[in-house]
Amino acid sequence: MRKKADVVVIGGGSIGCSVAYNLAKKGFKNIVLLERKYLSSGSTGRCGAGIRQMWGTEMNCLISRGSAEIFKTLGEETGFGDVEFRQSGYLLTTYDPSQTERLRKNLAVQHKLGINSHMITPKEAKEIVPYVNTEGMDAAFFCQEDGHINPFKVTFAFAKGAQDLGVEISRYNSVTDIKYKDRKITSIVTEEGEILTDAVVNAAGAWCKEIGKMIGLSHPVEPERHQILITEPLEDMMGPLVMSFAHDSYIQQVPHGGFIMGYGNPDEPKKINFNHDWSFLEQMAKKAVFQLPVLKDVRFVRQWAGHYEISPDGQPILGSVPEMDNYFMALGCGKGFMLSPMIGKLIAEKMAGEATSLPIDSLSIERFAKGELIVETGVV
Amino acid sequence: MDEKNIYLCRCENFTLKELHDLLDSGITSMEEIKRLSRGTMGPCQGKTCRDLIAKEIANYLNKDMSEIDMPTYRAPVKPVKLGEIAGGNKNA
Repeated sequence: MRKKADVVVIGGGSIGCSVAYNLAKKGFKNIVLLERKYLSSGSTGRCGAGIRQMWGTEMNCLISRGSAEIFKTLGEETGFGDVEFRQSGYLLTTYDPSQTERLRKNLAVQHKLGINSHMITPKEAKEIVPYVNTEGMDAAFFCQEDGHINPFKVTFAFAKGAQDLGVEISRYNSVTDIKYKDRKITSIVTEEGEILTDAVVNAAGAWCKEIGKMIGLSHPVEPERHQILITEPLEDMMGPLVMSFAHDSYIQQVPHGGFIMGYGNPDEPKKINFNHDWSFLEQMAKKAVFQLPVLKDVRFVRQWAGHYEISPDGQPILGSVPEMDNYFMALGCGKGFMLSPMIGKLIAEKMAGEATSLPIDSLSIERFAKGELIVETGVV
Repeated sequence: MDEKNIYLCRCENFTLKELHDLLDSGITSMEEIKRLSRGTMGPCQGKTCRDLIAKEIANYLNKDMSEIDMPTYRAPVKPVKLGEIAGGNKNA
């Protein structure tokens, strides 16, 4: 591993790899990316693989919209090949008028920004997803441009793009300490030795707090466990991802054919916990069979757990911090994977001292101290 | 025999040729190979192919088996219908 770098990126998920790739594209030299295990091992490779633009805050909408555009050409641009991007839609379902009203308000934000989303009746929902059970359904919301992309392939596409531009990726190498003097980080200590560096990006996702502690900062971000299961592959029969605001769950059929589905329990203690449990399985099976009765005869083949890193307002944390001059945060906060293309681009612009494509200063960590929170209510 | 016709993972059609191509491209972590190839991710949960793939990675890279980052087996041991879990035996 190199002993000196211009930039060290901590975290080998989709965001870390996207940041490293975008920095290299911007002309930054000598970038080292550190990953404590293997690429995509933290949260990216455990996520539900959905791509969604139907959010409730302007920044979440804009970042996801920009990301969807980049996803279209990512495989080709990096030379990786197909990343399985399918704009097969998201169908959000509600089961009481208050949920409907909340999502209807979000539509106004989406329409102002040019996102092509609609409120539809349960009958229309059934025309889009014939297998969906409309019993008790109050309304539904649909956006055709949402959909699916393969999280592993996206991460490796960014990693390939970065490596082809000279980025060093160091796997199975944890950060153990960070040395700093006054307002400046001077080096990163890893299991494989020390790297002197001019700048650091924290893309450690659910582990970002541990990195912050090493420089005496307390980041208000907590890991929340979410569990997932996937079924045996079937012929393509579903189309959009179905996300229910009554069941707090999502279900989609991925291009491989399996149905991937999951939810998180927000009342669990906030900590890293990779265990999967039986109660999730039972609850998820009930939610799935209620929403899509046809799934009762489909076998599940695998279950696992991952984490959302939860910020107090459900929006990403991006850019510099008030206490340090050469430390940058790149955190998606519960939807990092689907926002990773734009987050990488924005962080690279910020670090290069350019005007950013979107006004990311509103997503600085300083907003929590100032109380300038704009809460995203649409996270599932 | 042609490496294209030698299947390491029968559930996901992952061949010896594809494994060698990944290793040659610099992807040498078995955890990463699993996620890029889907090898070990089929209905058998890798019980047929996991050790075979690990041995071949070790062999190709001239490493000891203990150096290979082998993926864990995930639950369940065998596929189960969602209806059986959701409704108990009476609905099976």
